[in-house]
Amino acid sequence: MEALILLFILVMIVPVCILAAGSFMGEDELILKLGAILGTGDGYAELTLTPIYPTLKAYVEVLLDTPEFFVMFWNSVKITAGSLAVQLIFGTLAAWGFAKWEFPLKKALLWLYIVLMLMPFQVLMLSDYLVLQRLNLLDSHLGLILLCGFSTFPVFIMYRFFCGIPDDVMEAARLDGAGDVKLFFYIGLPLGKSGIFSAMILGFLESWSMIEQPMTFLKTKSLWPLSILLPEIESGSIGFAFGVSVLTFLPALLIFLNGQEYLEKGISASQVKQ
Amino acid sequence: MTRQKRWKGYLWILPSLFGTIIFYCVPLMDVIRRSVTENAGSAFVGLKNFQTVFNNTAFQLAAKNTLRFIAVCIPLLLSLSLLLAVVIVRCRWGNFYKSAMLLPMVLPAVSVALIWKLLFHNHGVLNGGLTLIGLQTTDWLNSGASFWVLVLSYLWKNIGYDIVLWIAGLQQIENDIYEAARVDGAGEIRIFFWIILPNMKQVFYTVAVLSLLNSFKVFREAYLVAGNYPHESMYLMQHLFNNWFAALSLDKMSAASVLLGMVILLMIILLYRAWGDDLC
Repeated sequence: MEALILLFILVMIVPVCILAAGSFMGEDELILKLGAILGTGDGYAELTLTPIYPTLKAYVEVLLDTPEFFVMFWNSVKITAGSLAVQLIFGTLAAWGFAKWEFPLKKALLWLYIVLMLMPFQVLMLSDYLVLQRLNLLDSHLGLILLCGFSTFPVFIMYRFFCGIPDDVMEAARLDGAGDVKLFFYIGLPLGKSGIFSAMILGFLESWSMIEQPMTFLKTKSLWPLSILLPEIESGSIGFAFGVSVLTFLPALLIFLNGQEYLEKGISASQVKQ
Repeated sequence: MTRQKRWKGYLWILPSLFGTIIFYCVPLMDVIRRSVTENAGSAFVGLKNFQTVFNNTAFQLAAKNTLRFIAVCIPLLLSLSLLLAVVIVRCRWGNFYKSAMLLPMVLPAVSVALIWKLLFHNHGVLNGGLTLIGLQTTDWLNSGASFWVLVLSYLWKNIGYDIVLWIAGLQQIENDIYEAARVDGAGEIRIFFWIILPNMKQVFYTVAVLSLLNSFKVFREAYLVAGNYPHESMYLMQHLFNNWFAALSLDKMSAASVLLGMVILLMIILLYRAWGDDLC
């Protein structure tokens, strides 16, 4: 059984290995191996997992010879950090309100948030465009940041974690004289920490690789994030394509390796407790 | 509770609610209004837009493909991920396996697109392999086979996510139940059918609905590999939306959005029944 799983896993990670291997091959080696795709060779493309002449040329080209890469990388960082900041500030407050306060229409509003978080982008694409246009936020990072920042998904994730904080703890703190605001900062934030991390990691992955939103709302190419940079696959730039792909993947991989525990918690947060 | 206290909770959610209303609720209202009005003007046209959409051949093709895609993918993904989850939970290296299966979820769509092009190109790696063992090659991305490339892509990307969801459910089954069954002489297969499956009913809804919603993201890879007009077997609803958007067919697009929204809402009602009051 385990052997089967191992085989399966091999299939899962081979594409990632191909990507990594390709990024260390020189342009010549790639042209030699992938010539059939690039239109410069016959037969079929072949890919080996070990470069014959390992080189960092692809990375040098991307990092040192391509100023556009830096611009796009920086755009991605800006959009992602901005959205996460908005989610962190407004999302935690709302999640805390939903989890620990009673108010009229609470259940209805909570389900409104759930419905909105589950709607595919395409349903609201057109009207979002018109709203951003009206607010003069089209073709700007701020528009994207606000749109992603006010996504209701992180609110839901954090809400689930805040719910897990026992009421006894709250009562005890209240008896000690903690006010509403203090409760949030001294009980809510520390005890709901893993929920906040989970929401942030899911939020990072979402905005780091988002495609539809920047494609729809950003016209100016210099504003584009990395996630929509798709280098042409042709001889002369194939090494570059590999380099860009790996460098786009790297931040996401680092976050994943460091926060896998929270990623899993975040995913399971939408699972019911029986 | 006094009146003042009852409303105090709103202070927490108000900032977020404000943004949600502007960026999500207002657009939602707007798209519903547009679905029953003329393209450019504001004249009420009833259900005419919906009629146009239903009679549109591009819509029929996209709807057919999307439904076919869901009908093929969801059962495959759910059963495969449940089986893997059941096995992984008991493995000593379970955590490692789980990481490996989550990895594709982290890979940005542009990187996936690059790999797909290398593997499935007419002169790509896969066809090279097929020739080597003497089999017929297929132009994977420009034939009916592209649909299956998309299916594979979706399974590959989502299996880890679903495994984590299943495992969260599996861990809620008390160990005693397994022990008792084993003492009674039940084998692994019996345990699966008599203990695990019946206990996964609630969990099943969540996994199914979330998988369905995630299936909309497969468009990213499809778009990056094949652009706005891919082979007709993988022309999905999202391609249609993009193309209507580009053509400024606001009326058709709104009507289709509302239709899609209603289907999603139906799914959410299922979820509502599964989650019920257990939300908090």
